[in-house]
Amino acid sequence: MNAIQALTWFARHEGRLAWRDALSMMTAGRPDRERRAWIWLGAFAIALHVIAYLLVRNFVAQEMHPDLTTMIAVTASILLSGSAMLSQAMESVTRTFYSRSDLELILSAPVKAERLFAVRIGAMTLSAALMSILLMGPFINILIWRDGWRWLGAYGVLVAVSLVTTSLAVVITIKLFQWIGPRRTRLAAQITAAIVGGVFVIGLQTAAMFSSGTLSRLSVLKSDAILAHAPGLNSPVWWAAKAALGDGLDLVWVLTASVLIFLAVTARYAPRFAGYVIAATSVAQITRQSQASAGRFRVVSPAATLRRKEQLLILRDPWLISQSLMQLLYLSPPALLLWHNYGSAGGAIVLVPVLVMTSGQLAGGLAWLTISGEDAPDLVLSAPVSPTRLLRAKAEAVMQCIAIVFSPFIVALLLISRQQALFAAGGIAAAALSSIAIQLWFRSQAKRSQFRRRHTSSRIATLAEAIISIAWAGTGAVAVSGNTLWPASALFAMFLLLCVRWLSPSRLQ
Amino acid sequence: MPSTVSPLHAPAALSIKGLRKSFGRPAVDGLDLDVRAGEFYLLLGPNGAGKTTTLRMVSGLLKPDAGAISIFGVDALADPIGAKQITGWLSDEPMIYDKLTPPEYLEFVAGLWSVPTDVAAARSRELLRWLNLEPHARERCEGFSRGMRQKVALAGALVHEPRLIILDEPLTGLDAGAARLVKDVLQEKVRGGSTVLMTTHILEIAERMADRIGVISHGRLIAEGTLAELRARTGQEGATLEDMFLSLVDQDRAAE
Repeated sequence: MNAIQALTWFARHEGRLAWRDALSMMTAGRPDRERRAWIWLGAFAIALHVIAYLLVRNFVAQEMHPDLTTMIAVTASILLSGSAMLSQAMESVTRTFYSRSDLELILSAPVKAERLFAVRIGAMTLSAALMSILLMGPFINILIWRDGWRWLGAYGVLVAVSLVTTSLAVVITIKLFQWIGPRRTRLAAQITAAIVGGVFVIGLQTAAMFSSGTLSRLSVLKSDAILAHAPGLNSPVWWAAKAALGDGLDLVWVLTASVLIFLAVTARYAPRFAGYVIAATSVAQITRQSQASAGRFRVVSPAATLRRKEQLLILRDPWLISQSLMQLLYLSPPALLLWHNYGSAGGAIVLVPVLVMTSGQLAGGLAWLTISGEDAPDLVLSAPVSPTRLLRAKAEAVMQCIAIVFSPFIVALLLISRQQALFAAGGIAAAALSSIAIQLWFRSQAKRSQFRRRHTSSRIATLAEAIISIAWAGTGAVAVSGNTLWPASALFAMFLLLCVRWLSPSRLQ
Repeated sequence: MPSTVSPLHAPAALSIKGLRKSFGRPAVDGLDLDVRAGEFYLLLGPNGAGKTTTLRMVSGLLKPDAGAISIFGVDALADPIGAKQITGWLSDEPMIYDKLTPPEYLEFVAGLWSVPTDVAAARSRELLRWLNLEPHARERCEGFSRGMRQKVALAGALVHEPRLIILDEPLTGLDAGAARLVKDVLQEKVRGGSTVLMTTHILEIAERMADRIGVISHGRLIAEGTLAELRARTGQEGATLEDMFLSLVDQDRAAE
């Protein structure tokens, strides 16, 4: 088999696996749901197009000129999707290094592993491109419909951005590997990925907050300071924006440059992947030394034992950080706003809904880990502890984590207004408890390592978790704004929760 | 060698009456079984005979469709907590927490069974030493081999000193040294007064260790007794357990 044949063969193999994997994710592993999944996907695409239409119709009506303001806005959008793609690609590269899956088979086979890794880097690029096309595509389609074919170039720019960001992700992860070693890279790469994914939005929000006192990103992009410091329209900085706006020559430049970068990175680093994978696998073999000593052996009540175990496992979970850090990072702009507007009530109106929403989402993830992701279910079930007590202890462990994360905000709010702190604490607790309840009702035994795919087991649970968190966030916003109708909003959130309970499989047991 | 303590007239450690469980087709089909206190009882049977389902029901991990289970006089269906308090369970797939060290794992198990700290600490040290896990006491289980994981899980099943120890194929995948160690620990436990109910496919263990052997097929007990009693029943003087086991299972298949 020559190099081209081998690459094609590997690509076909990877393509088949990726397709089956995607189908399995959409159908939660149940082939009978395939038709329904396609219907949902179609409905989702239509909904995204409607949202895109509502968001960009005014933008199109204003008749866009390729001036500096437009260039800044389009470039910012490209950077925004680029930061998200880079984050996703970094996580994919890290997973390739640290997940053993089929790598032992491939590395033990008499084939040149670099060909497979070249294909895998390509697959990561494709996955990043598809993900961004899925989210940005509706906007581009609406722009094509309302403003002409020139917007087709935006698809080319998305492909170019995915090529560059995947290449960058490979370089960053490998450099981390070289600088800090395989043992620390997994954690460092996850933290970097989370920061990269959020830094652009957070940076814009932070800048907006200090310049205009709001969290509006557009206010920064349209500000005189940005316009004054932006390079001229002929600068290569705007090539990508011009390409997205339909300049064919710039699109060719951007695509050529990105393909060259991708090929250079793949040619340089794909042959080294095998070595890094082996180094990463060796790290998994090296057992971590614990600081615990025999002298600290202390047995507490079953409930406290369970809580302590859950907290220890959450702290030691190597993949949790990338899943939760982003949620926590998004707390920083409103937190800065609170600090900036310290003493005034304005900050709380922005902060409280963000806190409540984050609490619901974070609690949902942690509750999945503790309830569904129990790695020794037989042991726990065979213990002389009632199932209700077991589940309550697990819920308490999650609530303790939520309390640790959110109590600094509550304390800060308490110093401004006791009532606002009370509303915030109530909202955080309600959103977290709702998410825990949903995880309880929709629980299905899984391996802890499947955390990343927890959303596939039940779409209803995922959707319900998000909607109810939003409902509680809305209640929090209404309450801190001084509107006395907040109990009605809270009742609506509880009604939604009851509907979810009614839909849950546990109701039928 | 089977345990020296004769449990012939000992009270029942485990009494199963008319146990049934169906997963579309019957997995356990009206099983009656009695295990005496202080006995090493081995449950043999071909794949899919209902051994694991039976053990999981006894351990409270599966709910029977019908029947009764009593552990040292405690009704396991009416008072599952009371029954679990005196039972230890070890499955063939050692499920432990990768991110905990062996002492942390034992501390967790001791907490679930409410073992006092000083007792649990002493037992943990003893078990870790006994199972040659002491040198790995400060390592997390994530890098452990299957044998080491099985030993940690076994230590967990024993740390609360259960009166009835239930083990489902505990020697699967263990090397000769680890298997010998596990066998020694179990025999020591039986000598100390515990009762062991175990399944295995390794017939040599049944011959060497079991006080009594039960043969299960199609969810029913088709033969039970000491090695000599089984020989007498099959009419195969001097036969190996393997010969008798195959003969009993063939007879049952023919009768189906």
